[in-house]
Amino acid sequence: MRRVVWLLFCREWRLAWRRPGDLLNPLVFFALVVSLFPLAVGPEPSMLRSMAPGVIWVAALLATLLSLDGLFRSDYDDGSLEQWVLSPHPLALMVLVKVLHHWLLSGLAMVLLAPLFGLMLALPLSSLPVLVLTLLLGTPVLSLLGAVGAALTVGLKSGGVLLALLILPLYIPVLILGTGAMDAALQGMPVTGYALWLGCLAMLALSLAPIAIAAGLRIGVSE
Amino acid sequence: MNWSFFHKLGSPKWFHDISGRWLPWFAVAGVLLLSVGSVWGLFFAPEDYQQGNSFRIIYIHVPAAFVAQSCYMMLAVAGIVSLVWRMKLADVALKCAAPIGAWMTFVALLTGAIWGKPTWGTYWVWDARLTSMLILLFLYFGIIALGQAISNRETSAKATAVLAIVGVVNIPIIKYSVDWWNTLHQPATFKITEKPAMPVEMWLPLLLMVLGFYALFTVSLLMRMRLEVLRREHKTRWVREVLEKSS
Repeated sequence: MRRVVWLLFCREWRLAWRRPGDLLNPLVFFALVVSLFPLAVGPEPSMLRSMAPGVIWVAALLATLLSLDGLFRSDYDDGSLEQWVLSPHPLALMVLVKVLHHWLLSGLAMVLLAPLFGLMLALPLSSLPVLVLTLLLGTPVLSLLGAVGAALTVGLKSGGVLLALLILPLYIPVLILGTGAMDAALQGMPVTGYALWLGCLAMLALSLAPIAIAAGLRIGVSE
Repeated sequence: MNWSFFHKLGSPKWFHDISGRWLPWFAVAGVLLLSVGSVWGLFFAPEDYQQGNSFRIIYIHVPAAFVAQSCYMMLAVAGIVSLVWRMKLADVALKCAAPIGAWMTFVALLTGAIWGKPTWGTYWVWDARLTSMLILLFLYFGIIALGQAISNRETSAKATAVLAIVGVVNIPIIKYSVDWWNTLHQPATFKITEKPAMPVEMWLPLLLMVLGFYALFTVSLLMRMRLEVLRREHKTRWVREVLEKSS
């Protein structure tokens, strides 16, 4: 079992590095969305500071969604998804490896980039660790929930907009908790409660989402 | 316990027969309840001491919101039944109930907005309850869109079932987070005031309207399901017999 997980991880890793564009584009998109806001609402630092948590989180949401659109598509097209479904190993586990790998390359990169944008949006230095922490806890949830939608739309030609329609309402709790934590940090209040709740959501998604993703993929493959 | 009725539910023909017998009863009950409830509520119930006559929209607003919320629960139950027991009728129910639920949510939001103007002075507030209803509408849209996007009927049914279940797991989380968000951001701008205990003359018509809305929901759901069953089974002999008998 451990061997399968490792092999799968290596395969994903190789595949990802052979097409670096797929990894970079969501990050560039993230950067672009964040930089559009100061252009749209004006460069006044106090306004930017109050908007920054929301802007960064919404941009992270959209970038995750964008990067998830093709998560299972190439596997579906070349038939390896069918092999996964047929293999004796639990599909949920393999799916979990794939999604976590995806998070490692896209979600984690966003987490690391976020402090930079925080500074650009005039966030005080002291609030940046909170930003990183909440994104670190929140982005896996985004990846896992989004993968459910990606699995359900895997066989469809026009997956992108549909994926957004299915998944964005489910992202709302993460958005609320993440921005709430940032607001609390900006006002100098404790953020432990938010972080714990985000951790709860992450655990819940980690344990339940793979099952739903596996169910979705089985449906998509059987078509 | 005798489970034969449960297995019969899987047969479209049986459903078509039995629902045809139920339908008139529900229709009569719905018409009676809705007409008595609305006339009573709109003309005879006492005025609210604060809101005057504008509170009377409650007789549409609250029943619609009730049905909108329970309809989503029904979708999830139908989804589980369809995934676990592979029951065709559950697929049909899931597909037919989603648009009705979406309409009910829309009606609840619309009447809420109309009611909000005289009471709060604005059509829309980002109040926790309003926001959760809006999210519920989006969840319905997602289910309808997914059902329409997949052309294969069986795959579409299974996918919407999974989505409905995922949605229902998320609903409490969304609900609580939205409540929390609201209390954090706007502590005391507007509150849907803790309703003072209504007098009997006010809530009795409301109860009638709620029951009437459920009857209306059942009638429209059964009619849509019957149509869908006929459409799906159009190649079978019993459907041809039914159609010949009616024409």
